Amino acid sequence: MDNLDGIWGRLFSFANYGELLGLVQNSIAAAAVLGIVGGLIGVFVMQRDMAFAVPGISELSFAGAAGALLIGANVVAGSLVGSLVAAVLIGLLGAKARDRNSIIGVLMPFGLGLGILFLALYPGRSANKFGLLTGQIISVDIPQLGTLIAIAVVVLVALLLIWRPLTFDSLDADVAAARGVPSRTLSLGFMVLLGLTVAVSVQIIGSLLVLALVVTPAAAALRVSSSPLSVPLLSMLFGSVSAVGGILLALGGSLPISPYITTISFLIYLGCRIVGARRPARVAVRPTATRSPDSRAAARIAA
Amino acid sequence: MSHSTETAPVLEFRDGALGFGDRSLWEGLDLRVMPGEFLAVLGPNGSGKTSLLRTILGQQQLDSGSVRLSGHAIHRGDRRVGYIPQQKLVPPGTPLRGRDLVALGVNGHRFGLPLPRRGDRQRVDALLADVGASAYADQPVGTLSGGEQQRLRVGQALAGDPVLLLCDEPLLSLDLHHQRVVSELIDRHRRSHDTAVVFVTHDVNPVLDVVDRILYLANGRFRQGTPDEVLRSEVLSDLYDTPVDVIRSRGRVIVAGVPDGHDHHEEEGQ
Repeated sequence: MDNLDGIWGRLFSFANYGELLGLVQNSIAAAAVLGIVGGLIGVFVMQRDMAFAVPGISELSFAGAAGALLIGANVVAGSLVGSLVAAVLIGLLGAKARDRNSIIGVLMPFGLGLGILFLALYPGRSANKFGLLTGQIISVDIPQLGTLIAIAVVVLVALLLIWRPLTFDSLDADVAAARGVPSRTLSLGFMVLLGLTVAVSVQIIGSLLVLALVVTPAAAALRVSSSPLSVPLLSMLFGSVSAVGGILLALGGSLPISPYITTISFLIYLGCRIVGARRPARVAVRPTATRSPDSRAAARIAA
Repeated sequence: MSHSTETAPVLEFRDGALGFGDRSLWEGLDLRVMPGEFLAVLGPNGSGKTSLLRTILGQQQLDSGSVRLSGHAIHRGDRRVGYIPQQKLVPPGTPLRGRDLVALGVNGHRFGLPLPRRGDRQRVDALLADVGASAYADQPVGTLSGGEQQRLRVGQALAGDPVLLLCDEPLLSLDLHHQRVVSELIDRHRRSHDTAVVFVTHDVNPVLDVVDRILYLANGRFRQGTPDEVLRSEVLSDLYDTPVDVIRSRGRVIVAGVPDGHDHHEEEGQ
């Protein structure tokens, strides 16, 4: 029993909470912004069926960060370089889904292996090493936090500006191209934005767990809504609640933040699945003359 | 349909040729499509039907010859061309409603903050009413049937008030009822708006009643003319270079004896 109490005490401790809160308010701001950006870009990640690309990019981002640590360069810069190289490679070589998956499958272990090599060569403290894989937001200094927030804001604005053409392209690339949407440029631009988002996320939650901020919130939102407005709004809300909530819960203890973030994110997803499953099938109550009984049944099964 | 000779063609190929490597898809193509005319493009797989559409969309350059739209050179993303693709089911869970699919035709190409404009909404409502899709305008697209989704795509293609409507197998994998509904929509619109239609299909039967002219591509060659002129045993036998029977039965056309690898007409589409 003592043991259990001990674990509980390590999981949740709110001693000197106010004081601690003052120390990490910049981290909390960064987490909130990242939650918003991750939630927003996640909606497109889901629509473009690119969830697998996210860990692919993040492992190369990890390699970049580890390399930077080894040579004494800026870790955020290293992480950015790794992310962007992976994102552009996947964007250029993986226009088709099948090609894309094989390229990601090849890049991912290569990046992770490279990162492990760099960390093994790095003579410094092991806490720094572990942080790249599982998150270290509290240890990011204030100028770097500023960089992270700035990158996140750039991604946010860029996404809003390409929103409609990107939606069109994600839904139906052929028709969008016929309409004059520059499909190739747009896809590549999207990959760059995803690369930036992943590089920022790696700093907060670690390269292994990026999916919890870039895919889970959007997946959860899509469970409870199909509206083009409420899905991104919910996804952004879920993302920032997970990121900020994780930091707030982890603050007093001595444990890493990431498991708190991933758990909140997962619980939100679980809740959305339950709510989504309880929603009445809207299709069934809709009386339209044009719909044949067969297609109605098919739609109900699909929904 | 009768057209005075003064009317300028919407689409005009002059001596157009296209091929890949050594293989010629078609050459010496002279084609004029007039306003309000319905042209069906037929032919087996690999005969260059889709490449013809890509040429008209400006996504593919001719090897030689020229193609013009209303007398002007073609450029990519021309708003005067509407495009209806093969029916591809939108995955359930896609965060778009019926009206959003149509709205993409109105503003989907526009960069900038996605703020709603009053005019856009009215335009979308009008298009929805046009294609009879108002009843499910606010349903998630992923929950609609293939036929309903295809109606919305027709609405989307009409958004730019096109002078030319390009249809790439738009009836594929639709049930008979929706094949008729969608082809009637297209036919009605071209008559009321004098829009030219280029309709690529492997099966002419669902549109046989509304087709003015046929362009039949096969074996690197082509024939064009009215359905009665083209869909004849001797014409297609000559085109395929092998005996082919065209059978007309109960208002349907069946082409029998097309060599292997030229499977079509009977094909149910996948």
